[in-house]
Amino acid sequence: MELFRSHVLVCGGTGCTSSGCQKIIAKLDEQLEKHQLEKEVKVIKTGCFGLCEAGPIIVTYPEGAFYSRVEEKDVERITEEHLLKGRIVTDLLYKDAVIDGEIKSVDEVEFYKRQQRVALRNCGVINPESLEEYIAFDGYKALGKVLTEMKPEDVIDVIKRSGLRGRGGGGFPSGLKWDFTAKAEGDQKYVACNADEGDPGAFMDRSVLEGDPHVIVEAMAIAGYAVGADMGYVYIRAEYPIAVDRLDIAIKEARKAGLLGKNIFGTGFNFDMEIRLGAGAFVCGEETALINSIEGKRGMPRPRPPFPAVKGIWNKPTLLNNVETYANVPQIILNGADWFAGIGTEKSKGTKVFALGGKINNTGLVEIPMGTTLKEVIYDIGGGIPNGKAFKAVQTGGPSGGCIPADHLDTPIDYDNLIALGSMMGSGGMIVMDEDNCMVDIARFFLDFTVEESCGKCTPCREGTKRMLEILDRITEGKGELSDLDKLESLSKTIKTASLCGLGQTAPNPVLSTLHYFRHEYEAHVNDKKCPAGVCQELLQYVVIPELCKKCGICAKKCPVSCIDGVKGKEVYIIRQEDCVKCGACLEACPFKAIKKG
Amino acid sequence: MKTISVTINGKKLQVPENYTIIEAAKEIGIDIPALCYDPNLDKVGACRICVVEVEGARNLMAACTTPITEGMVISTESKNAVETRKEILRLLLDNHPNDCLVCNKAGECKLQEYAFKYDVKFRQHDGERRQAKVDNTNPYIHRDDSKCVLCGKCVRTCNKVEDRKVLSFGERGFETHIVADYDNLMADSSCVSCARCLAVCPVGALMDARTMGKARVWETTTEDVKCTVCEYGCDFELLKKNGKVYAVRAKSPVEGRPLCLKGRLSVDLTYNEEVQVPYVKKDGKFVEATWEEALGLGKLLSKLGK
Ligand SMILES: Cc1cc2nc3c(=O)[nH]c(=O)nc-3n(C[C@H](O)[C@H](O)[C@H](O)COP(=O)(O)O)c2cc1C
Ligand code: SF4
Ligand code: SF4
Ligand code: SF4
Ligand code: SF4
Ligand code: SF4
Ligand code: SF4
Ligand code: FES
Repeated sequence: MELFRSHVLVCGGTGCTSSGCQKIIAKLDEQLEKHQLEKEVKVIKTGCFGLCEAGPIIVTYPEGAFYSRVEEKDVERITEEHLLKGRIVTDLLYKDAVIDGEIKSVDEVEFYKRQQRVALRNCGVINPESLEEYIAFDGYKALGKVLTEMKPEDVIDVIKRSGLRGRGGGGFPSGLKWDFTAKAEGDQKYVACNADEGDPGAFMDRSVLEGDPHVIVEAMAIAGYAVGADMGYVYIRAEYPIAVDRLDIAIKEARKAGLLGKNIFGTGFNFDMEIRLGAGAFVCGEETALINSIEGKRGMPRPRPPFPAVKGIWNKPTLLNNVETYANVPQIILNGADWFAGIGTEKSKGTKVFALGGKINNTGLVEIPMGTTLKEVIYDIGGGIPNGKAFKAVQTGGPSGGCIPADHLDTPIDYDNLIALGSMMGSGGMIVMDEDNCMVDIARFFLDFTVEESCGKCTPCREGTKRMLEILDRITEGKGELSDLDKLESLSKTIKTASLCGLGQTAPNPVLSTLHYFRHEYEAHVNDKKCPAGVCQELLQYVVIPELCKKCGICAKKCPVSCIDGVKGKEVYIIRQEDCVKCGACLEACPFKAIKKG
Repeated sequence: MKTISVTINGKKLQVPENYTIIEAAKEIGIDIPALCYDPNLDKVGACRICVVEVEGARNLMAACTTPITEGMVISTESKNAVETRKEILRLLLDNHPNDCLVCNKAGECKLQEYAFKYDVKFRQHDGERRQAKVDNTNPYIHRDDSKCVLCGKCVRTCNKVEDRKVLSFGERGFETHIVADYDNLMADSSCVSCARCLAVCPVGALMDARTMGKARVWETTTEDVKCTVCEYGCDFELLKKNGKVYAVRAKSPVEGRPLCLKGRLSVDLTYNEEVQVPYVKKDGKFVEATWEEALGLGKLLSKLGK
């Protein structure tokens, strides 16, 4: 490797790519050439840094200077001031990177300080398209160790003792799954990686594949050795073109370097892998539907048992793990089971990546040790709720997770705690809601997603979720009755207990958890025909407060349907409710705040 | 085969270890409601009407797909199982036409049978429903999609014969429905009118068009016959009213008995006292035909010089 004085890392994740990192890189190259710095400064396009809302992002090493929202025009200053003269351009740094005039390096920024990066360790650090860089960061060392020093059962033992559990949602102990697959009878076995990532808003798997694709290649080869498989499939959604490209490059590079293929490291172990593109249905992330899809059949779940470990792809024993699960494996092999088991809580070991979104200051990806409280994630890392609004709930677990209210924010995050609160870990979505969110509307929103995504195979999910959605629609339109709440509960129970796959079995969670924690909001919709958060259009009313109205008539002029009557200077204005289309124009227009929504 | 012991509704029994719950229950005469289960077809666990309570399990278990395990304690009619089954039936009826009065399937319809058994009624609601879409373009097949419960048996049985594979699932979620090829009318599809699907449909969504409107099930007696056209010897039944055969229909096809139109017409001609003219498909359209044509006897007869 050549030696450089400085490394400039430019985030090339999907978020930053869409906010223009490509132009930044071109500009950087141009500037470096102009100042003849090409031999001293190396520009590296990395995977996602996690803090997408602050993109495009540039981090320079050795200083760790963290530039955010970099524009093309800023590149000149960064090059001339910082890279040439060594003076950090303070005003371009990320807002939290300068505290009381003191410059903090990227690791000291609050957003990163509390994180612990295991699965994402190389993301934003190495060039994902370079095998050499991956190797320089201990890449393929774990595979080497496994193939030359360990028996398959030793590998399984390490994974078992590490306490690693599946990161794809179920939280099943990975070591056990590896063991089942290893012990299953079959001349041919497969390993597979679930990179379907159908949860809207989740992008941790994409980030790993974009930022550190070799870790998946290495981990799957290790898994193949442990369970006795010589072929691996990565099922990845076609909407992730960058991830697909980089994984494809990684597979080809690994093959060229003899890290995939026949007789790896001269040990006689053969392993190769292929990418399978998914069409993007959420249910195809369910393991048996994924297997059907890989086999070219309709993506519908199959009954279990038989489990994939016994009868998976083409009825052969198949080990299926999630991307993030695999991303932990090489580190566990290198640092040992005890190291990993030392992170986290009693029953949930290691770290978990979350995609922070919704009403929160720092949206993006965070990786935290299990056992971190919801409060720490939302306030310390996420920077709290914007615009001084009050926190209302956090939804974890993707579209079929539950909403957790403020009184439970001190809960340490782990699989079992989240389930006890009526939610779940899921793949790691975390959506924050504030006082302006209506919880009935939120429940309706998530259920709408599952109704759309139900595969239609089994009765409770196909028919039941549709009826629940119709009830919620009624409630948000002010046509609900108190008995509807019982109906929702009873339907939820049937759907949860009798559905064929996990989609149906968890689909009612958003409704059940909001009914549990925010029943008063449902009752307000049903009994008082009011939406306390002022979200449900049909229940909204705009009214003029007579005492505050100065009879100026500005609102009447703004109203698109001319439904505000009054006489300028003489009569207080009144809104004809039957004609109002609830556009809110009057509320914004009134200079005296004489119009209220409620 | 090793046997293991399970307890069903308080009764202990020994059954082969590869049995599912529904098979074990059958051994002692316990009939678990089932819409999508068919011993001759792959098990898919789709309708969920067969859910039973298994001691120690978190969720109810589908009896048709769950293998028994040693010492399993099963209750097929526990309060929880029955309540859930009723709710599932209610969901099916909520999306089903209230048509039993005139439906030709009435009397042998599984949905009707279970609704009666569990006292579940049609109810008024203004939610969405399956659209009424009767397709009788094929003179042998009466298809009413609004009555389909999506058990998928027709798809599985049609797909068991290599050169048929006409039916499949189309769309998803609430919009899911059975499609012929790419959602064609039956007459325009590659369907060969073998009647396999008609024989397995548990409700009135797929019926033999030539039995329609002739008699109610309770006026009908049946007699089993075998087709003799080829060595498979498929099973048919004669439908009789007042001792007179008014129609024939195919029985559920078992392994190695593929069924075919020619066989069906041959049985029709042989036994039916009210036999209707046969139709054959010519240039993609069904047209009236002579029996010689329909049974492919034309060539044979001309060979014999008749
Ligand atoms: C509806 C549904 C969608 C799922 N989607 C995903 C997904 O996108 N990615 C994933 O890894 N697991 C998903 N899962 C979980 C998988 O079925 C499976 O448990 C997981 O991939 C196993 O890997 P793990 O043990 O490493 O978590 C989904 C499950 C259900 C029920
Ligand atoms: S629960 Fe929903 S998604 Fe899963 S098999 Fe049933 S219908 Fe399909
Ligand atoms: S909300 Fe819109 S439509 Fe209604 S009164 Fe105000 S301006 Fe007019
Ligand atoms: S299919 Fe069954 S339930 Fe439906 S109308 Fe006919 S008899 Fe009644
Ligand atoms: S009649 Fe035969 S070929 Fe036609 S759809 Fe039914 S099973 Fe398939
Ligand atoms: S048509 Fe009949 S057999 Fe086919 S899925 Fe519908 S109910 Fe089942
Ligand atoms: S129905 Fe067709 S396949 Fe069956 S025995 Fe008769 S001729 Fe042979
Ligand atoms: S009969 Fe068991 S699920 Fe349909």
